[in-house]
Amino acid sequence: MVAEQFFILSTLLFSIGLIGVVSRRNLFVVYLSIELMLSSVNLLLVTFSRLHNNMDAAVIALLLIAVIAAEAALFLAMIMQLYRSKRSLDSDSFANLFQGKGKI
Amino acid sequence: MIALSLIVILPFFSALILALIYLQNPTKNREKLYAKLALVTPIISTILSFVVAVQLFSSPHDLILHHTLFNWIDVGELHIELAFMADRLTAVMLSFITFIGTLIHIYAIGYMRGDAGYGKFFTYFNLFMGSMLLLILADNPIIMFVGWELVGLSSYLLIGFYHQESQNITAANKAFMVNRIGDFGFIMGLSLLFVVLEGNGYSFSAIEQHIDSVDRGMLALIGGLLFIGAMGKSAQIPLYVWLPDAMAGPTPVSALIHAATMVTAGVYMVARFSFLYIEIPQMGEAIALVGAISALFAAIIASFQDDIKKILAYSTMSQLGYMFIAVGLGAYSSGIFHVFTHAFFKALLFMGAGAVIIALHHEQNIFRMGGLKKELKWVYIPMLIATLAISGIPPFAGFFSKDAILITAFATEHYTIWAMATATAMLTAYYMFRLLFVVFHSAPKSEHNLTKLPSSMTKPLIVLAIGSATAGLLGVGEAYGGTNLFASFLALPDTPIHIEHQTEYLLDSINIILAFIAIFIAYKLFAKHSKYPLQTLPIRSLIVNKFFIDELYSIIFIKPLLLLSRIFGYVIDEKIINNLIFLTVGGYHKSATLFAVLQNSKVRYYALYILIGVSLISITLLKLLGDL
Repeated sequence: MVAEQFFILSTLLFSIGLIGVVSRRNLFVVYLSIELMLSSVNLLLVTFSRLHNNMDAAVIALLLIAVIAAEAALFLAMIMQLYRSKRSLDSDSFANLFQGKGKI
Repeated sequence: MIALSLIVILPFFSALILALIYLQNPTKNREKLYAKLALVTPIISTILSFVVAVQLFSSPHDLILHHTLFNWIDVGELHIELAFMADRLTAVMLSFITFIGTLIHIYAIGYMRGDAGYGKFFTYFNLFMGSMLLLILADNPIIMFVGWELVGLSSYLLIGFYHQESQNITAANKAFMVNRIGDFGFIMGLSLLFVVLEGNGYSFSAIEQHIDSVDRGMLALIGGLLFIGAMGKSAQIPLYVWLPDAMAGPTPVSALIHAATMVTAGVYMVARFSFLYIEIPQMGEAIALVGAISALFAAIIASFQDDIKKILAYSTMSQLGYMFIAVGLGAYSSGIFHVFTHAFFKALLFMGAGAVIIALHHEQNIFRMGGLKKELKWVYIPMLIATLAISGIPPFAGFFSKDAILITAFATEHYTIWAMATATAMLTAYYMFRLLFVVFHSAPKSEHNLTKLPSSMTKPLIVLAIGSATAGLLGVGEAYGGTNLFASFLALPDTPIHIEHQTEYLLDSINIILAFIAIFIAYKLFAKHSKYPLQTLPIRSLIVNKFFIDELYSIIFIKPLLLLSRIFGYVIDEKIINNLIFLTVGGYHKSATLFAVLQNSKVRYYALYILIGVSLISITLLKLLGDL
C-alpha cells in the first residue's frame, strides 16, 4: 500500500460526501454524507501520521472521533425536532424556520 | 452718535409691536391705538433726524457721524459691520424722508379709516420707514443693499395690500420681479466692487479712499451694473413697467413709496457713489440719456392717461428721469435738490388725488370728475400749488430744481438731452394742468355726493403746500441773487459748470413761456368742457396703450420664458430626466430579482455555493502558488 492510494480514497470519500450533501434531500442521507466527509478527513490525518512517523495527527484523529460521536447525538436530536415540527424529512421543507406569528 | 441707530431701529420696533398687536386679534377694531403707535416712532425719528441735520450743518462739511451696532459678518476679508453713517447727503435725505413720511402717516390715519387691515397697513408702513432709513443711513453697501431689498419687500406688501383682487397681486408680483432684475445688476456691481477693492475695507469711506487704484474699465462696468439696480428701483426705461401698476396700492403708499421716497433710492445711490461715477463720465452720459428718454417717454404717456393715479405715476417716472439727467451729468447736488423738492410736490399731488378719490367714493377716472373747485377748496389750493411747482413756474419749488438740471444739461453741451428735458417740461405743464382743469374746473359730470374728508387728510396737504411753495428757495442759484445754499451744504463732488447769467435768463424764460403755452393749451381743451380731445389722432391709440410696451415685453420676455419653462417642465424633466431615473431604478430592480433567485433558502444550494466558492479559491491559490 502506498500513501497516494490513501489520498485518492480520502478524496473520493470526501467528494461522495459533498455530492450527497448537495444533491440529496433526505436529512438522514445529508447527515450520513457529512459524517462521510468527516471520516475521510480522519483517514487523511491518520495517513499523514503514518507517513511522517508522528503521532500528533493520530491523536487529533482520535479526538475527532470523540467529537463526531458527540455531534452525532446532537444531529440526531435535531433531526427528531425538525421532523416533529414539519412531519417531513425533506430538507427543502425547512426553507422557512420562522416560528413567530405572522408572515415573512 | 446713537441717534443714528435709533432713527432706524425705532420704526422697525414699532412695526414689530403693531404686528404683534394686530396678529393677537386681527378683526378687532383698534384704529385709535394703531394710529397712535404708528405715529410715535416716525415723529421721534423726524426729531432725531433734524438734530442730526443741525449738528452736521453747524460743523465743517467733511464731518461724518458714525454709529456701529455690532459686527455682522466676519469671514476672511469680508468684514461687514451693522453700522450707520451720516454725512450731509444723508442728513438731507433723512430730514425730508422722515418729515414727509410722518405727514403721510398722519394722512393715512384718515385715508385708511374703516379699512379692515388698518393695523396691518401701519405695520407695513412703519416697516417701510425703517427700511428706507436703513438704506439711507447705511455705512456700507451691504447694509444699503439690505435696506434696498427691505423697501422692495414693503413696497410689494403694500402694492398687494388689497389682496382680494387678483390684479393687485399681479401688480405686486410684477413690481417685485422687475425689481429683482434690477437687484441682480446691483448685487453683481457690489460683488465686483468688493473683488476689485482687494479687501481694503468695504465701508463707503474706505471705498472712496481706494477707488483711485481701480481700473477705469472695471469702474465703468461696476457703475453700469449699479445703475441697472437704480433703473429697477427708480423706474427708468426699460425697467419702469412696474411703477404704473404699483398704483394698485392705497394712495398713501403711492405718495410715500412710489413718489416721494423709495423710487428716489436709485438717485440717492448714484449720488452716494458720486466718487465712483465722477471717474467715469461716459457712463454718466449714458445714465443721463436713459433719464432723458424716460422723462420724455413717460411725459408723453402721461398726457393721454385717464386714471388720476396713473397720470401721477408716469409723472413720477418723468421727474425721476430729470434726476438721473442731473446725477448722470455730474450735477449731484441738483439731482438731490430735485429729489428734495419733488418729494414735497409729488407727495402733495398724490395725497390730493387720494383726497379726491376718497371724496368721490373711489372714483379714479378724471373724466368722471369735474367741478370740484368749490367743494374741495382745501384740496384744490394745495393741488394748484403743487401743479405750479411741478410745472416749473417760479417761485415755486419745481422751478429752481428743474432749472438747475436744464442749465446743467445746456452748459455741459448735451443739447439733445437739454432739448428732450425742455420738451418734457412743457409736456409736464400740459398734463398736470390737464389733470387740474378736468378734475377741478370743468363742469361736473354728475351730482356729487361727496364723502366728508377727515382733517387728518387735509392738514398735511397744507403743510406740504407750504413746502412745495418754498422748498425751492433753499437752492436759488447765483443768477437770481442766491448762493445755492443747498449745493454748498451738500458738498458733493459736482462737475463745475460755467454759463453766462444772460444765457441762463434766456433759457429760463424759454421754459416759462413754454410752460405757459402748455397751460394755455390745457385750459382751452379741458377747462370748460372736459371730454377726450384729439380723438381722431392716429397715434392716440398707440400712446393710450402705452406704446404697447407691456405687450412687447410679454412677447419678448414672458412668452419665451413660459415656453422655456414648459420645455423644461414637460419635456426635459418629465421625458428625459424622469426616464433616466426610472431606468436606474428599473436596473436595480431587475438585478435584484436576478440575485434573489440565488437566495432560495434551501440549505443544499448554499452548500453548493460554498463548494463553488471554495473550489474557486482553491484553484486560484493553486495557480498563484504555482508549483505546488
